[in-house]
Amino acid sequence: MTILVIAEHTNAALAAATLNTVAAAAKIGGDIHVLVAGAGCAAAAEAAAKIAGVAKVLVADNAAYAHQLPENVAPLVADLGKGYSHILAAATSNGKNVLPRVAAQLDVDQISEIIAVESADTFKRPIYAGNAIATVQSSAAVKVITVRSTGFDPVAAEGGSAAVEAVSGSADAGKSAFVGEELAKSDRPELTAAKIVVSGGRGMQNGDNFKHLYALADKLGAAVGASRAAVDAGFVPNDMQVGQTGKIVAPQLYIAVGISGAIQHLAGMKDSKVIVAINKDEEAPIFQVADYGLVADLFEAVPELEKLV
Amino acid sequence: MKVLVAVKRVVDYNVKVRVKADNSGVDLANVKMSMNPFCEIAVEEAVRLKEKGVASEIVVVTIGPNTAQEQLRTALALGADRAILVESNDELNSLAVAKLLKAVVDKEQPQLVILGKQAIDSDNNQTGQMLGALTGYGQGTFASKVEVAGDKVNVTREIDGGLQTVALNLPAIVTTDLRLNEPRYASLPNIMKAKKKPLDVVTPDALGVSTTSTVKTLKVEAPAARSAGIKVKSVAELVEKLKNEAKVI
Repeated sequence: MTILVIAEHTNAALAAATLNTVAAAAKIGGDIHVLVAGAGCAAAAEAAAKIAGVAKVLVADNAAYAHQLPENVAPLVADLGKGYSHILAAATSNGKNVLPRVAAQLDVDQISEIIAVESADTFKRPIYAGNAIATVQSSAAVKVITVRSTGFDPVAAEGGSAAVEAVSGSADAGKSAFVGEELAKSDRPELTAAKIVVSGGRGMQNGDNFKHLYALADKLGAAVGASRAAVDAGFVPNDMQVGQTGKIVAPQLYIAVGISGAIQHLAGMKDSKVIVAINKDEEAPIFQVADYGLVADLFEAVPELEKLV
Repeated sequence: MKVLVAVKRVVDYNVKVRVKADNSGVDLANVKMSMNPFCEIAVEEAVRLKEKGVASEIVVVTIGPNTAQEQLRTALALGADRAILVESNDELNSLAVAKLLKAVVDKEQPQLVILGKQAIDSDNNQTGQMLGALTGYGQGTFASKVEVAGDKVNVTREIDGGLQTVALNLPAIVTTDLRLNEPRYASLPNIMKAKKKPLDVVTPDALGVSTTSTVKTLKVEAPAARSAGIKVKSVAELVEKLKNEAKVI
């Protein structure tokens, strides 16, 4: 059995989610190869070669793969993937974009967002916004799978010494072109990797009030998240959304401030180790999952909390 | 141009689902069913393209049981012109659905196919991308803005770090994210008119598509329940508990 892991990277650096995906591959068992497809991605390939447990790194360096356009990357992965027993990618926006296209090209079903490996062909994944856990078995020749990062502890980023091998793939498919991107800038830890997350909801009332959460987060070394209500109201950008349709987080500590706790929000954070809820409505559903609940006005509680920690 | 919109009948997003006692699945008897929220956004976007004069005809398609006609009628009431039901009582995986949609695309030859980014029951997020591979069309997934310009469509996508814009040659596939638009409600007169709009029913066999799958569900369980928490009386008590009891700060 040989497993192909698609690296998540920015050409210059490897994204942390790759380490969780390799961890899932290690649970399946067998040789692990990592594919780094990009443009000018030598640095990311070097980092991939150092991951503990990786046997080989394949590098496809081509201008066509610069922005991970699925029309160009999927044929490459499908071509390479034919010889593997499993193809794994992180369930990031990139992984979700590319991998189903690969699966359809290989004419196999895909298994999305696994949270546990039962055996080489059996996996667990959440359905219905995390309100049920399905155990699924695949009989496909090549098992195509996306991995939910929070389900697997990352493997060590150092200690490996994999061989690096260049591969060539098909060029630009000519169906799509990258136009531009706007990335949100932040000095705080990345939301999906942070040990502590402080999130605000509709109760924050406006974007300006998020400064209270930023102050608390900076004191705790935490990332700041938000509920869909806060994003839709324009308080904060959408890449901060935690939930079924946003990011899935599982930090050591999740502090929900002014968040009622709708099913769709809980889907993104209920695997956190400790959940704290601060809400003035004592009937709010968030208190049903919170380890520590504080019924209080957040505008008084949050500044006080910031002073005390 | 012709726009094809795929919709799915799913359990209403407000329903708290329960797992069946025999772990064979989720109990869907007598629960409220609705159009998947992302599909509503897809229908709305198609209707807006028609209102702008970009789209000339909107065909809405679903794959599911006979009762899924309700969701097609809803889409017709929202502004779709005609509907197609591919009737199947089996629970189909995304690849089978994508293959059936490919057969419909071959027949209808739309310039743009709009789907939701994921269905809130299976949470797969696969069908649009798979249809992209099968048709060979470009894909603009997780769209928060769609602009048709000549023979291209510019799609702004929600990605992990922010937003990305791609230009796709038409015909193309777009999957909708939550912030693409705010879906409208169907008015009573439009609901009445929708009853007279054409709705064709076909079978997977008639489309020549096999719906066998390589993935089967062995069991469905309830997630581990969290143990009940406590309510603290003050911020000071909260900090004390986090430091000494939970030891997380």
